[in-house]
Amino acid sequence: MLKVEKSIHEIIDSMQDGSTILVGGFGLCGIPEVAIEAIRKKGVKDLTVVSNNCGVDEWGLGLLLANKQIKKMIASYVGENKIFEQQFLSGELEVELTPQGTLAERIRAGGAGIPAFYTATGVGTPIAEGKPVKEFDGKEYIEERAIVGDYAFVKAWKADKLGNLVYRKTARNFNPIMATAGKITIAEVEEIVEVGELNPDEIHTPAVFVQHVVLGDNYEKKIEKRTTRTEEAMR
Amino acid sequence: MTSIKERIVKRAVLEIENGMNVNLGIGMPTLVANEIPDDYQVLLQSENGLLGIGPYPSENQVDPDLINAGKETVTAVPGASYFDSAESFAMIRGGHIDVAILGGMEVSQEGDLANWMIPGKMVKGMGGAMDLVQGAKRVIVIMEHVSKYGESKIKKECTLPLTGKRVVHRLITDLAVFDFTDKGMVLIETASGVSVEEIKEKTEADFAIAENLKSYA
Repeated sequence: MLKVEKSIHEIIDSMQDGSTILVGGFGLCGIPEVAIEAIRKKGVKDLTVVSNNCGVDEWGLGLLLANKQIKKMIASYVGENKIFEQQFLSGELEVELTPQGTLAERIRAGGAGIPAFYTATGVGTPIAEGKPVKEFDGKEYIEERAIVGDYAFVKAWKADKLGNLVYRKTARNFNPIMATAGKITIAEVEEIVEVGELNPDEIHTPAVFVQHVVLGDNYEKKIEKRTTRTEEAMR
Repeated sequence: MTSIKERIVKRAVLEIENGMNVNLGIGMPTLVANEIPDDYQVLLQSENGLLGIGPYPSENQVDPDLINAGKETVTAVPGASYFDSAESFAMIRGGHIDVAILGGMEVSQEGDLANWMIPGKMVKGMGGAMDLVQGAKRVIVIMEHVSKYGESKIKKECTLPLTGKRVVHRLITDLAVFDFTDKGMVLIETASGVSVEEIKEKTEADFAIAENLKSYA
Protein backbone atom coordinates (compact mmCIF):
# COMPACT_ATOMS: atom_id res chain seq x y z
CA MET A 1 0.00 0.00 0.00
CA LEU A 2 1.31 3.46 -0.84
CA LYS A 3 1.67 5.67 2.21
CA VAL A 4 2.18 9.08 0.67
CA GLU A 5 -1.43 10.08 0.06
CA LYS A 6 -2.19 12.24 3.10
CA SER A 7 -0.90 15.59 4.31
CA ILE A 8 0.47 15.85 7.84
CA HIS A 9 -2.66 17.82 8.80
CA GLU A 10 -4.98 15.05 7.60
CA ILE A 11 -2.90 12.41 9.38
CA ILE A 12 -3.04 14.11 12.78
CA ASP A 13 -6.62 15.36 12.35
CA SER A 14 -7.96 12.74 14.79
CA MET A 15 -5.17 13.21 17.35
CA GLN A 16 -6.63 13.58 20.85
CA ASP A 17 -5.64 15.69 23.84
CA GLY A 18 -3.65 13.55 26.27
CA SER A 19 -1.91 11.48 23.56
CA THR A 20 1.54 10.02 24.11
CA ILE A 21 3.86 10.95 21.26
CA LEU A 22 7.40 9.81 20.47
CA VAL A 23 9.48 12.48 18.77
CA GLY A 24 12.81 11.62 17.12
CA GLY A 25 15.98 13.67 17.24
CA PHE A 26 19.03 14.40 19.39
CA GLY A 27 19.19 18.06 20.31
CA LEU A 28 17.97 19.75 17.13
CA CYS A 29 19.56 17.10 14.89
CA GLY A 30 17.12 14.85 13.03
CA ILE A 31 13.93 16.33 14.51
CA PRO A 32 10.59 16.11 12.65
CA GLU A 33 10.20 19.83 11.94
CA VAL A 34 7.06 19.47 9.81
CA ALA A 35 5.19 17.39 12.42
CA ILE A 36 6.10 19.68 15.31
CA GLU A 37 4.75 22.69 13.41
CA ALA A 38 1.56 20.80 12.51
CA ILE A 39 1.00 19.71 16.12
CA ARG A 40 1.54 23.28 17.24
CA LYS A 41 -1.06 24.51 14.74
CA LYS A 42 -3.55 21.83 15.74
CA GLY A 43 -3.16 22.85 19.38
CA VAL A 44 -3.74 19.43 21.03
CA LYS A 45 -2.99 19.67 24.73
CA ASP A 46 -1.88 17.58 27.74
CA LEU A 47 0.56 15.64 25.59
CA THR A 48 3.05 13.18 27.07
CA VAL A 49 6.13 13.65 24.93
CA VAL A 50 8.96 11.11 24.76
CA SER A 51 12.11 12.57 23.23
CA ASN A 52 15.76 12.64 24.26
CA ASN A 53 15.70 16.43 24.67
CA CYS A 54 13.08 19.17 24.59
CA GLY A 55 14.31 21.56 21.94
CA VAL A 56 15.43 25.13 22.58
CA ASP A 57 13.33 28.18 23.39
CA GLU A 58 12.13 28.98 19.89
CA TRP A 59 12.65 25.76 17.97
CA GLY A 60 11.91 22.07 18.03
CA LEU A 61 9.80 20.85 20.96
CA GLY A 62 10.36 24.27 22.56
CA LEU A 63 7.54 25.44 20.23
CA LEU A 64 5.06 23.02 21.86
CA LEU A 65 6.26 24.00 25.33
CA ALA A 66 5.78 27.69 24.59
CA ASN A 67 2.26 26.86 23.40
CA LYS A 68 1.63 24.95 26.68
CA GLN A 69 0.74 21.70 24.91
CA ILE A 70 3.03 19.41 26.91
CA LYS A 71 1.87 17.95 30.24
CA LYS A 72 4.66 15.45 30.76
CA MET A 73 8.12 15.08 29.29
CA ILE A 74 10.13 11.83 29.29
CA ALA A 75 13.73 12.70 28.35
CA SER A 76 17.38 12.21 29.32
CA TYR A 77 18.60 15.79 29.14
CA VAL A 78 16.65 19.04 29.07
CA GLY A 79 19.27 21.68 29.76
CA GLU A 80 18.91 23.94 26.77
CA ASN A 81 15.55 25.53 27.38
CA LYS A 82 14.43 28.43 29.63
CA ILE A 83 10.69 27.92 29.07
CA PHE A 84 11.16 24.33 30.18
CA GLU A 85 12.76 25.50 33.41
CA GLN A 86 9.96 28.00 34.12
CA GLN A 87 7.17 25.47 33.50
CA PHE A 88 8.98 22.78 35.49
CA LEU A 89 9.64 25.01 38.50
CA SER A 90 6.04 26.31 38.50
CA GLY A 91 4.75 22.72 38.50
CA GLU A 92 2.93 23.02 35.14
CA LEU A 93 5.21 20.47 33.54
CA GLU A 94 5.89 16.96 34.83
CA VAL A 95 9.30 15.50 33.98
CA GLU A 96 10.53 11.91 34.02
CA LEU A 97 14.30 11.98 33.59
CA THR A 98 15.57 8.68 32.19
CA PRO A 99 19.16 7.67 31.46
CA GLN A 100 19.70 7.90 27.72
CA GLY A 101 20.50 4.23 27.19
CA THR A 102 17.53 3.21 29.31
CA LEU A 103 15.31 5.56 27.32
CA ALA A 104 16.52 4.06 24.04
CA GLU A 105 16.05 0.52 25.33
CA ARG A 106 12.57 1.27 26.73
CA ILE A 107 11.53 2.45 23.28
CA ARG A 108 13.25 -0.45 21.52
CA ALA A 109 11.52 -2.88 23.90
CA GLY A 110 8.16 -1.17 23.28
CA GLY A 111 8.56 -1.66 19.56
CA ALA A 112 9.66 -5.27 20.00
CA GLY A 113 6.78 -6.33 22.25
CA ILE A 114 8.91 -6.67 25.38
CA PRO A 115 7.05 -5.17 28.37
CA ALA A 116 10.05 -4.66 30.66
CA PHE A 117 13.73 -5.49 31.08
CA TYR A 118 16.53 -5.36 33.66
CA THR A 119 19.52 -3.03 33.52
CA ALA A 120 22.43 -2.08 35.77
CA THR A 121 22.08 1.55 34.71
CA GLY A 122 20.81 3.63 37.63
CA VAL A 123 21.39 1.05 40.38
CA GLY A 124 22.20 2.87 43.63
CA THR A 125 20.99 6.22 42.26
CA PRO A 126 17.74 8.22 42.61
CA ILE A 127 16.58 6.61 39.32
CA ALA A 128 16.23 3.24 41.08
CA GLU A 129 13.72 4.48 43.66
CA GLY A 130 10.52 2.45 43.62
CA LYS A 131 11.70 0.08 40.90
CA PRO A 132 11.88 -3.70 41.40
CA VAL A 133 15.44 -4.96 41.90
CA LYS A 134 16.64 -8.40 40.85
CA GLU A 135 20.00 -10.11 41.18
CA PHE A 136 21.53 -12.01 38.27
CA ASP A 137 24.89 -13.79 38.72
CA GLY A 138 25.61 -11.82 41.87
CA LYS A 139 24.96 -8.38 40.41
CA GLU A 140 21.97 -6.07 41.01
CA TYR A 141 19.72 -4.82 38.24
CA ILE A 142 16.60 -2.66 38.18
CA GLU A 143 13.45 -3.26 36.19
CA GLU A 144 12.54 -0.72 33.53
CA ARG A 145 9.25 -0.62 31.63
CA ALA A 146 8.83 -0.37 27.87
CA ILE A 147 7.43 2.72 26.14
CA VAL A 148 4.87 2.70 23.34
CA GLY A 149 3.45 5.84 21.74
CA ASP A 150 0.03 6.60 20.28
CA TYR A 151 2.04 8.30 17.56
CA ALA A 152 5.72 8.28 16.59
CA PHE A 153 7.00 11.22 14.57
CA VAL A 154 10.33 10.49 12.92
CA LYS A 155 12.58 12.31 10.48
CA ALA A 156 14.42 10.34 7.80
CA TRP A 157 16.47 11.40 4.81
CA LYS A 158 14.79 9.34 2.10
CA ALA A 159 11.73 7.13 1.84
CA ASP A 160 10.13 5.12 -0.90
CA LYS A 161 6.36 5.21 -1.34
CA LEU A 162 5.94 2.03 0.72
CA GLY A 163 7.56 3.67 3.74
CA ASN A 164 11.02 2.12 3.70
CA LEU A 165 13.38 4.65 5.31
CA VAL A 166 17.01 5.69 5.09
CA TYR A 167 18.53 8.14 7.56
CA ARG A 168 21.53 10.42 7.18
CA LYS A 169 24.58 10.52 9.50
CA THR A 170 23.87 11.32 13.17
CA ALA A 171 20.36 12.52 12.27
CA ARG A 172 19.45 8.84 12.67
CA ASN A 173 19.71 8.75 16.52
CA PHE A 174 16.34 7.87 18.15
CA ASN A 175 14.35 7.87 14.89
CA PRO A 176 14.60 4.18 13.88
CA ILE A 177 13.64 2.84 17.32
CA MET A 178 10.79 5.30 17.69
CA ALA A 179 9.49 4.26 14.28
CA THR A 180 9.02 0.75 15.70
CA ALA A 181 7.24 1.93 18.87
CA GLY A 182 4.41 4.11 17.54
CA LYS A 183 0.87 2.73 17.09
CA ILE A 184 0.84 5.15 14.17
CA THR A 185 4.26 6.11 12.81
CA ILE A 186 4.61 9.16 10.58
CA ALA A 187 7.92 9.58 8.79
CA GLU A 188 8.79 12.90 7.27
CA VAL A 189 11.59 12.96 4.73
CA GLU A 190 13.59 15.17 2.41
CA GLU A 191 13.06 13.00 -0.65
CA ILE A 192 10.52 10.36 -1.71
CA VAL A 193 11.56 7.85 -4.38
CA GLU A 194 9.67 5.18 -6.30
CA VAL A 195 9.24 1.67 -4.91
CA GLY A 196 12.32 -0.37 -5.82
CA GLU A 197 14.72 2.54 -6.00
CA LEU A 198 16.15 2.03 -2.51
CA ASN A 199 18.70 -0.74 -2.20
CA PRO A 200 17.16 -3.31 0.21
CA ASP A 201 20.59 -3.80 1.80
CA GLU A 202 20.69 -0.14 2.76
CA ILE A 203 17.22 0.36 4.26
CA HIS A 204 17.40 1.28 7.96
CA THR A 205 13.67 1.13 8.80
CA PRO A 206 11.60 -1.49 6.92
CA ALA A 207 8.22 -0.29 5.63
CA VAL A 208 6.23 -2.46 8.06
CA PHE A 209 6.88 0.03 10.86
CA VAL A 210 5.70 3.10 8.94
CA GLN A 211 2.05 4.07 8.36
CA HIS A 212 2.50 7.44 6.65
CA VAL A 213 5.22 9.26 4.73
CA VAL A 214 5.22 13.03 4.37
CA LEU A 215 7.54 15.07 2.18
CA GLY A 216 8.97 18.02 4.08
CA ASP A 217 10.45 21.00 2.34
CA ASN A 218 12.72 23.81 3.46
CA TYR A 219 14.21 21.94 6.42
CA GLU A 220 15.88 24.54 8.57
CA LYS A 221 18.15 22.04 10.35
CA LYS A 222 19.16 24.57 12.96
CA ILE A 223 22.55 24.02 14.60
CA GLU A 224 22.84 24.29 18.39
CA LYS A 225 26.62 24.66 18.58
CA ARG A 226 28.37 25.59 15.38
CA THR A 227 31.98 24.60 16.07
CA THR A 228 34.60 24.91 13.32
CA ARG A 229 38.34 25.00 12.89
CA THR A 230 40.29 27.39 10.73
CA GLU A 231 41.90 26.38 7.44
CA GLU A 232 45.20 27.02 9.17
CA ALA A 233 44.45 24.50 11.92
CA MET A 234 43.53 21.93 9.27
CA ARG A 235 47.07 21.98 7.90
CA MET B 1 43.54 25.67 28.62
CA THR B 2 44.52 26.75 32.09
CA SER B 3 47.51 24.94 33.50
CA ILE B 4 45.32 22.92 35.92
CA LYS B 5 43.13 21.62 33.10
CA GLU B 6 46.16 21.06 30.91
CA ARG B 7 47.82 18.94 33.57
CA ILE B 8 44.68 16.81 34.06
CA VAL B 9 44.08 16.38 30.33
CA LYS B 10 47.71 15.47 29.59
CA ARG B 11 47.64 12.83 32.32
CA ALA B 12 44.23 11.53 31.20
CA VAL B 13 45.36 10.85 27.64
CA LEU B 14 47.84 8.25 28.98
CA GLU B 15 44.80 6.08 29.77
CA ILE B 16 44.15 5.66 26.05
CA GLU B 17 45.98 2.90 24.23
CA ASN B 18 46.40 2.34 20.52
CA GLY B 19 43.41 0.45 19.08
CA MET B 20 40.92 1.37 21.79
CA ASN B 21 37.27 2.43 21.42
CA VAL B 22 36.82 5.41 23.71
CA ASN B 23 33.98 7.61 24.95
CA LEU B 24 34.87 11.10 26.13
CA GLY B 25 32.36 13.06 28.19
CA ILE B 26 31.28 16.64 27.54
CA GLY B 27 33.54 19.48 28.75
CA MET B 28 37.11 18.83 29.94
CA PRO B 29 37.09 15.15 28.79
CA THR B 30 36.44 16.30 25.20
CA LEU B 31 39.81 18.12 25.29
CA VAL B 32 41.58 14.77 25.75
CA ALA B 33 40.89 14.02 22.06
CA ASN B 34 43.38 16.71 20.97
CA GLU B 35 46.20 14.98 22.88
CA ILE B 36 45.81 11.49 21.39
CA PRO B 37 49.03 10.66 19.44
CA ASP B 38 48.57 11.02 15.67
CA ASP B 39 49.84 7.51 14.97
CA TYR B 40 47.20 5.89 17.19
CA GLN B 41 44.18 4.20 15.61
CA VAL B 42 41.58 5.14 18.22
CA LEU B 43 37.84 5.32 17.54
CA LEU B 44 35.99 7.92 19.60
CA GLN B 45 32.36 7.06 20.28
CA SER B 46 29.62 9.65 20.40
CA GLU B 47 26.47 8.40 22.16
CA ASN B 48 24.16 10.06 19.60
CA GLY B 49 25.26 7.47 17.05
CA LEU B 50 28.81 7.86 15.71
CA LEU B 51 31.88 5.67 16.18
CA GLY B 52 34.86 7.59 14.81
CA ILE B 53 34.51 11.28 15.72
CA GLY B 54 36.82 13.51 13.68
CA PRO B 55 37.95 17.09 14.28
CA TYR B 56 35.65 20.10 14.04
CA PRO B 57 34.71 20.86 10.41
CA SER B 58 35.95 23.80 8.36
CA GLU B 59 33.30 26.44 7.61
CA ASN B 60 32.33 24.77 4.34
CA GLN B 61 32.28 21.25 5.82
CA VAL B 62 29.67 22.11 8.49
CA ASP B 63 26.81 19.60 8.31
CA PRO B 64 23.79 19.96 10.63
CA ASP B 65 23.21 16.20 10.34
CA LEU B 66 26.63 15.48 11.88
CA ILE B 67 27.05 16.43 15.53
CA ASN B 68 28.59 15.01 18.71
CA ALA B 69 26.94 14.32 22.07
CA GLY B 70 27.60 17.94 23.08
CA LYS B 71 25.53 18.99 20.03
CA GLU B 72 28.63 20.49 18.40
CA THR B 73 29.20 20.15 14.66
CA VAL B 74 31.96 17.59 13.99
CA THR B 75 33.38 15.42 11.20
CA ALA B 76 33.74 11.65 10.93
CA VAL B 77 37.10 9.91 10.41
CA PRO B 78 37.69 7.32 7.64
CA GLY B 79 36.34 4.03 9.01
CA ALA B 80 33.61 5.74 11.05
CA SER B 81 30.10 4.31 11.33
CA TYR B 82 26.65 5.71 12.14
CA PHE B 83 23.96 3.85 14.11
CA ASP B 84 20.80 4.43 16.11
CA SER B 85 20.57 5.23 19.82
CA ALA B 86 19.72 1.67 20.92
CA GLU B 87 22.77 0.28 19.11
CA SER B 88 24.89 3.10 20.51
CA PHE B 89 23.92 2.12 24.04
CA ALA B 90 24.34 -1.56 23.25
CA MET B 91 27.98 -0.61 22.66
CA ILE B 92 28.08 1.25 25.95
CA ARG B 93 25.99 -1.02 28.18
CA GLY B 94 27.20 -4.23 26.59
CA GLY B 95 30.80 -3.59 27.63
CA HIS B 96 32.21 -2.83 24.18
CA ILE B 97 33.72 0.56 25.05
CA ASP B 98 37.26 0.15 26.41
CA VAL B 99 37.47 3.42 28.32
CA ALA B 100 35.05 6.17 29.29
CA ILE B 101 36.56 9.42 30.55
CA LEU B 102 34.02 11.54 32.43
CA GLY B 103 33.95 14.70 34.48
CA GLY B 104 32.92 14.60 38.14
CA MET B 105 31.44 16.74 40.87
CA GLU B 106 32.27 14.33 43.71
CA VAL B 107 33.92 10.91 44.00
CA SER B 108 33.79 8.81 47.18
CA GLN B 109 36.48 6.53 48.58
CA GLU B 110 34.31 3.58 47.52
CA GLY B 111 34.42 4.73 43.89
CA ASP B 112 30.93 6.22 43.83
CA LEU B 113 30.49 9.05 41.33
CA ALA B 114 28.18 12.07 41.49
CA ASN B 115 28.16 14.24 38.38
CA TRP B 116 24.61 14.95 37.27
CA MET B 117 22.58 16.99 39.74
CA ILE B 118 22.79 19.49 42.57
CA PRO B 119 19.66 19.49 44.78
CA GLY B 120 17.93 22.86 44.76
CA LYS B 121 19.26 23.73 41.32
CA MET B 122 17.47 23.09 38.04
CA VAL B 123 18.12 19.45 37.14
CA LYS B 124 19.05 19.12 33.50
CA GLY B 125 19.35 15.35 33.35
CA MET B 126 21.95 12.63 33.29
CA GLY B 127 22.09 12.10 29.52
CA GLY B 128 24.19 8.99 28.95
CA ALA B 129 26.38 9.24 32.08
CA MET B 130 24.59 6.55 34.14
CA ASP B 131 24.84 4.11 31.22
CA LEU B 132 28.53 4.84 30.65
CA VAL B 133 29.60 4.31 34.26
CA GLN B 134 27.84 0.93 34.39
CA GLY B 135 28.83 -0.30 30.96
CA ALA B 136 32.30 0.85 29.97
CA LYS B 137 35.15 -1.58 30.69
CA ARG B 138 37.09 1.16 32.46
CA VAL B 139 35.67 4.34 33.96
CA ILE B 140 38.13 7.20 34.44
CA VAL B 141 36.95 10.34 36.21
CA ILE B 142 38.86 13.58 35.74
CA MET B 143 38.17 16.62 37.90
CA GLU B 144 39.81 19.33 39.96
CA HIS B 145 40.88 18.05 43.36
CA VAL B 146 39.19 20.80 45.39
CA SER B 147 36.11 22.92 44.60
CA LYS B 148 36.25 26.64 43.96
CA TYR B 149 35.27 27.04 47.62
CA GLY B 150 38.38 25.12 48.65
CA GLU B 151 36.53 21.93 49.65
CA SER B 152 37.78 18.46 48.84
CA LYS B 153 35.72 16.90 46.01
CA ILE B 154 36.97 13.47 47.05
CA LYS B 155 34.68 12.44 49.90
CA LYS B 156 34.27 9.65 52.42
CA GLU B 157 30.73 9.53 51.05
CA CYS B 158 29.22 11.59 48.25
CA THR B 159 26.82 14.29 49.43
CA LEU B 160 25.26 14.72 45.97
CA PRO B 161 22.88 12.21 44.31
CA LEU B 162 24.88 9.44 42.64
CA THR B 163 25.42 8.72 38.97
CA GLY B 164 26.69 5.26 39.88
CA LYS B 165 27.75 3.29 42.95
CA ARG B 166 31.25 1.74 43.03
CA VAL B 167 31.80 2.45 39.35
CA VAL B 168 35.02 4.50 39.15
CA HIS B 169 38.23 2.61 38.32
CA ARG B 170 40.62 5.54 38.36
CA LEU B 171 40.44 9.20 39.40
CA ILE B 172 42.77 11.81 37.92
CA THR B 173 42.98 15.30 39.46
CA ASP B 174 45.40 18.20 39.20
CA LEU B 175 47.19 16.87 42.31
CA ALA B 176 46.98 13.08 42.24
CA VAL B 177 45.89 9.82 40.62
CA PHE B 178 43.94 7.26 42.65
CA ASP B 179 42.84 3.71 41.88
CA PHE B 180 39.78 2.05 43.41
CA THR B 181 40.55 -1.51 44.44
CA ASP B 182 39.07 -4.28 46.60
CA LYS B 183 41.18 -2.81 49.41
CA GLY B 184 39.80 0.69 48.93
CA MET B 185 41.17 3.85 47.42
CA VAL B 186 44.90 3.92 46.69
CA LEU B 187 47.11 6.88 45.80
CA ILE B 188 49.23 5.70 42.87
CA GLU B 189 50.69 8.95 41.50
CA THR B 190 51.36 12.49 42.65
CA ALA B 191 51.61 15.50 40.37
CA SER B 192 55.16 16.80 40.21
CA GLY B 193 55.88 19.27 43.01
CA VAL B 194 52.94 18.04 45.09
CA SER B 195 53.67 16.27 48.37
CA VAL B 196 51.71 13.39 49.87
CA GLU B 197 51.09 15.66 52.89
CA GLU B 198 49.40 18.27 50.66
CA ILE B 199 47.24 15.56 49.06
CA LYS B 200 46.22 14.24 52.50
CA GLU B 201 45.32 17.75 53.59
CA LYS B 202 43.15 18.36 50.53
CA THR B 203 41.44 14.95 50.47
CA GLU B 204 38.51 14.17 52.77
CA ALA B 205 38.49 10.50 51.76
CA ASP B 206 40.72 7.89 53.41
CA PHE B 207 43.26 6.33 51.09
CA ALA B 208 46.25 4.01 51.11
CA ILE B 209 49.54 4.87 49.42
CA ALA B 210 50.97 2.59 46.75
CA GLU B 211 54.39 1.11 47.45
CA ASN B 212 55.78 2.24 44.10
CA LEU B 213 54.31 5.74 44.15
CA LYS B 214 54.97 7.53 40.88
CA SER B 215 54.91 11.12 39.70
CA TYR B 216 53.43 12.81 36.61
CA ALA B 217 54.00 16.16 34.91
